[in-house]
Formats: sequence, C-alpha cells, structure tokens
Amino acid sequence: MSTVKLTVNGKAVAVDVEDRTLLVQLLRENLNLTGTHVGCDTSQCGACVVHMDGKAVKSCTMLAGQADGANVTTIEGIAKGDELHPMQAAFRDNHGLQCGYCTPGMIMSAIDIVHRHGGELDEATVRQELEGNICRCTGYHNIVKAVLDAAGRMKVSQAAE
Amino acid sequence: MYQTTYHRASSVDEAASLFAKGTEAKFLAGGQTLLPVMKQRLASPSDVIDLGKIKELQGVELSGDVLTIKAGTTYFDIMQNADVKKAIPAIAYLTSVLGDPAVRYRGTIGGSIANNDPAADYPAALLALGATVKTNKRSISAEDFFQGLFTTALEDGEIITAVSFPVPAKAGYAKMRHPASRFALTAVFVAQTKSGEIRVAATGASQSGVMRVPAIEAALKANWSPAAIDGVSVSASNLLADIHGTAEYRANLVKVMAQRAVTAAG
Repeated sequence: MSTVKLTVNGKAVAVDVEDRTLLVQLLRENLNLTGTHVGCDTSQCGACVVHMDGKAVKSCTMLAGQADGANVTTIEGIAKGDELHPMQAAFRDNHGLQCGYCTPGMIMSAIDIVHRHGGELDEATVRQELEGNICRCTGYHNIVKAVLDAAGRMKVSQAAE
Repeated sequence: MYQTTYHRASSVDEAASLFAKGTEAKFLAGGQTLLPVMKQRLASPSDVIDLGKIKELQGVELSGDVLTIKAGTTYFDIMQNADVKKAIPAIAYLTSVLGDPAVRYRGTIGGSIANNDPAADYPAALLALGATVKTNKRSISAEDFFQGLFTTALEDGEIITAVSFPVPAKAGYAKMRHPASRFALTAVFVAQTKSGEIRVAATGASQSGVMRVPAIEAALKANWSPAAIDGVSVSASNLLADIHGTAEYRANLVKVMAQRAVTAAG
C-alpha cells in the first residue's frame, strides 16, 4: 500500500491504494468519480481519458502512483456549476452522443485537441486526432460536428475572459 | 494485474540501485506497453521502478551533426521539438504516426526501443540512421542493440539514457498502419548519410524484428529514386504472416513503403 497525493478537480486528496492500482481505479473506486469509464482496458478505446497536468491521458494505462503530485481533471470537473463546459454543450446541441459510454473520454480528448490546435481545427484534423477514442453508436459524424462547434465557442469564451 | 511494489526514482543511479534490490524488477518508462502487458498478466514484476520523473532523462540536444534524444522524452515532446523538426524531420513524422494523441503524451523513445516490438516504429529509424544507444553503462550501436523479437543487447538492470542520431543528408519514413493497433503492418525508414551511404530498415516485416534491406540499399545507391526499387525482389521467407497479411503481402509492402519513403525524403 502507498499513499498517493494528488489534486483532482481542484481538490487536494490523499488516497491509500495498493501499488498495482490504476489511476482510473483510484478515480472511480476510491473517489467515486464514475464519469470516467473503463471501456476496453487495453488503451485502445479512450473511454478513460482524463487530463493530467493539462494533457489528455488514458487513465487505464497509468498506475495511480505515477499520478502522485499531479493535477488531474475528470469529466466531473469541467462544468462551472450548472453551466456546462462549451464542449459538453456542443455535444448536447449537436447530438454528439447516443449511449453516452464513450462521451466522457471523447469530451476530455476533444478539449485537449482544441487546446492544441485552437482555431486551426478542420474536420480532417478532428477525425485524425480522435483516433484514440472509439464510439460504437454515432459513426462519429455528430461528434466531429460537436468538436468543431465547441472549438468556435471555446475561442469566443477565451476571448471574453 | 498481480501485486507489485511501485518505486519512483529521482535519478538514474537511484533507479539502478532500486532495481538491484528487487527480486524481479522492471523499469517503467511511459508505461504504454508494460502496463497493458502487466494487466494481461503476461508480466508480473515484483517491483516497478518508475523512470518518469528523472530529469536527466528528459530533453533533446542538437550539437553539430548529432541529434541526441534523451530516453525519457515523450513522443509528444519529440514530435513538437524544433531541433528534431530541423535536423531529422523524418523522426518528427514517424513520431506523429505512432499510437494516438493520449499514448504520445506518455510513451517514450527509451521505452519503445527497450521493448523492441517487431512492429514498433523507432527501431527502423535507429537502424537506418545508424544511431547509437547510450545506457548508464556503455554505448551500443543500433546494429548490435536490436537482437530479434522483444530482445535487445540490454543487460539486466541496464538503463537506456539517450539515443544519438547522426544527422543524415536525407531521410524519409513511410508506414502502412494497422488501423486498430496503429503499429506498423510494415514500415520502412530510408536514409542517405552525409558520407553518401544508403541505409534502409524495415519494421513490422521480419520474424526477427527490425531488419536492413540490402537489395533496396543497393538499388538506391545506384539511383536514388522510387523507380529504382521497381525491379528489386524482396524475399518473403522469414517474413511475418498473420491474419492481417501474408509474408508475400509484407514483402511487397517493404518495396512500396521504401518507394514512398524515398519520395518523402526527396
């Protein structure tokens, strides 16, 4: 057992876990943040994507200990109270989800894509960059539309700040 | 995953001494291969020594005609790096078609070559460019380093610290990507050194891991152009065959990818 200290969604936490614990298990089972999903458990599907120190990573392919001292943001940490994050709002408005299982990972990856590419995003780039996230319902079409829509909204909200 | 004990090393020396204390220890770099393998219970190290926070293993240096990438540098940092893009843009390209964005944030060049997956990308770059692998004990040429499927010259407890690439006159990489795993179904790295030597390495093709392709090297030596490879025959014997492609298919891919790599190199 080890104590892992990290910041999750702005809150400092210290969690005692077995050394073999994955970051996704710490989030889901110790902190009850079950918005982060385990899909394939083989780092293919991206349902487990969270942000660690601002980078989108697959939390099923990290030991909890590797996140010691890190700043982690999960899908639960991106809205401001009742106000959805622009990416969440764009997924809702563009019907970017059906069953919703892949959605948390899609949204966390998509925010990272917009952060890296800013206003330079086009459809081909979004499709290529989403290759580490698998959706079995939508055929991706509305997800891509949502990401492009959100890229515009995030630019506007950044400009307003 | 079986039980293990996690250690975080803050220096290469500390990592080596932690390793020596473990009964069956393993080094953890980016973890993008080791952790999936541990989850499948194909590996069950007693101790996992995390190299991820060791500062001396981070960064890229360009000094004259030598590009040195420290072993713990992530794929993301390599593909973004201005010196890599300037000195050997083919390495930046290779890195950009490796894994997916989340994997590229975590995976490292040292981890990739230590694992020596027969379909991994970096071994082809190291072999074609005549790179040198630096460890905490010695320097090893790429030729001597890669020794077959998942096998390298590394001794127990030896830690890769950096890879040094001589900057080539020209280099190019072309990859037929497996669409699900994103590994190379077959990929080829071609290089023309500053002294005029032609070196061609294929990954994902051979049952013995990354390999040079002397027939294509000879053809390109005579005439550096994609058309020069048209008449070359690549033997299918000892090539990988699986549900994704036969040995004959891969033999043809070696030629086609080499041609595309030459086009990319210019």
